[in-house]
Amino acid sequence: MTTRKKLLVPVFAAVVLVVMLFVAPRAMSSFRLNLLGKYLCFALVALGLDLAWGYAGLLSLGQSVFFGLGAYAFGMYLKLESAHGKLPDFMGWSGLSALPGFWRPFGDPLFALCVAILLPAACGTLLAYLLSRSRIGGVYFSIITQALAFIATTLFIGQQPFTGGTNGLTNFATIFGQPLKDPNVQAQLYRATVLAVAACLALGAWLASSRFGRLLIALRDDEQRLRFSGYNPALLKAAAFGIAGGMAGLAGALFVPQVGIVNPDSLGIILGIQMVIWVTVGGRGTLIGAVLGAVAVNAAQSAVSESFPDVWQYGIGFLFVGSVLLFPGGLIGALRAIPRSLRRDGSRPAETAEAPAPELVRV
Amino acid sequence: MSSALLEVDDLRISFDGIRVLDGLSLSLAAGELRFLIGPNGAGKTTLLDVISGKTKPLAGRVLFDGHDALRLPPYRLAQLGMGRKFQTPAVFPSLTAYQNLEAAGSYRDRGLDLLLPARARIRNRLAEVLDLTALGPQAHSRAGVLSHGQQQWLEIGMLLMHEPKLLLLDEPVAGLTRAERDRTSALLHSIMGPARTADGCAILIVEHDMAFVRQFDATVTVLHQGSVLVEGPMSAVEKDERVLDVYLGRSDATEAA
Repeated sequence: MTTRKKLLVPVFAAVVLVVMLFVAPRAMSSFRLNLLGKYLCFALVALGLDLAWGYAGLLSLGQSVFFGLGAYAFGMYLKLESAHGKLPDFMGWSGLSALPGFWRPFGDPLFALCVAILLPAACGTLLAYLLSRSRIGGVYFSIITQALAFIATTLFIGQQPFTGGTNGLTNFATIFGQPLKDPNVQAQLYRATVLAVAACLALGAWLASSRFGRLLIALRDDEQRLRFSGYNPALLKAAAFGIAGGMAGLAGALFVPQVGIVNPDSLGIILGIQMVIWVTVGGRGTLIGAVLGAVAVNAAQSAVSESFPDVWQYGIGFLFVGSVLLFPGGLIGALRAIPRSLRRDGSRPAETAEAPAPELVRV
Repeated sequence: MSSALLEVDDLRISFDGIRVLDGLSLSLAAGELRFLIGPNGAGKTTLLDVISGKTKPLAGRVLFDGHDALRLPPYRLAQLGMGRKFQTPAVFPSLTAYQNLEAAGSYRDRGLDLLLPARARIRNRLAEVLDLTALGPQAHSRAGVLSHGQQQWLEIGMLLMHEPKLLLLDEPVAGLTRAERDRTSALLHSIMGPARTADGCAILIVEHDMAFVRQFDATVTVLHQGSVLVEGPMSAVEKDERVLDVYLGRSDATEAA
């Protein structure tokens, strides 16, 4: 990469950031801005998933669990704040007469935010470590993460007095004492989401370009070689999956106040699969691709479902299959291929280390 | 042998009721070069698997540099200076040759260290290893596009990043051309150094290519049905009646390679 190109990336990123922070809130209707904020929350999940899957080769079909945990943790704060010291409505309906002990500290927003990030991160770390230590990998890892999404959904539906059951947590009124419906409050939440995506993208890019990132690629390429090179693969996987879980949890915490509800669908299998599709369509193994994929697929989903509500499920299916068959590198791969095909002399740029492996699952 | 680096004692292992290692004992001095030969199924690769922690035996003992190797996972043995090369080259195809060596050499760094550039110690060693393996021109090519021979040298280079005490090489010249085999031979000679001193690196090589074995002045251990049949210099082993019977063949022993 030339020096000019190296300079181009941060300048371009800064321009995009300024536009998203200051121009978009003025130019867009508060309805559209709110949708964009929601997509950016999903982009944050996709970013973490791409670090775990695109780099370390850990395909998680249950990334929604970490997202949902973050969403519920912050939803608990919103619910308590809206209840103004009284018992949250659904608890009364379910026959509870006093606030359960584990709910109490969630009255503090900072505590709720910390739990929203750290609990999914800890769960991800532990899960990846234990599975890796038992030499469970590849498709078996994916199946277990999917089972986890099923278990989490069932658990949250079943524990209605503590989780709100099928309805989940809703009827939020205020955040930090401000009304949630206020467009200015929503614009601030949107800005916070933009900053979170920018910060996590920068963190992800740093991780990916460091030796740690190359060890994750090495892990995906040949776990045995890495083990015989003096590394404990379980620790590397635990780190990557923990970071991915933390990003998903933060995304969940930002999602709840912007959408106004969290229910067991946010932990579910369908959302978990959609997250994998976002990363695939965007371009696995390129962090910016995961972000663009999440935003693009969700924007397309909104656009299509506004006019043809029943068609989208087929649309996303075709998008996934089409992307795997025709553009295995995703949006980013397709974009990168354009200058290459324009070059008539057929000379190809030097092979780089970032090319994603073609297969979807390593067994 | 008082300065034994590797002490293998009475190893036994069975796969599906077949005794693959049957009371195998072996001792390797620090800095020693040793070849393991024998017919297919004699247990050569299995022996390397047991020593390097990949396979656990039913019974027996492996002492590596004073450590009970059977109790340690492969990554600990690698940290202690045992390098294992697999039969088919195992490198990280998505990374460049340089990044492969750097990844192999960063094993002592933990946590946040891995987020910072490699220290001078690693970079200096990397330059030495690129020099030894003559892979300088390919340093920034993806390992996946290197030739079979270059991948073999790269994998040996990755082991050298650890400044190992013991290398376990499984058929390092299989599938190589004559010229490539000569280069591997030169590489091994330079790893050993001119004088095979006790502070040098010991190498245990599984090999089928007798012409390659003859290029070295080394002890040869012949395995047969999971235990040691004969041990000695190549010149003596080649003439041994039992070796001719089970492995090299009687009519044209010198062409068995």
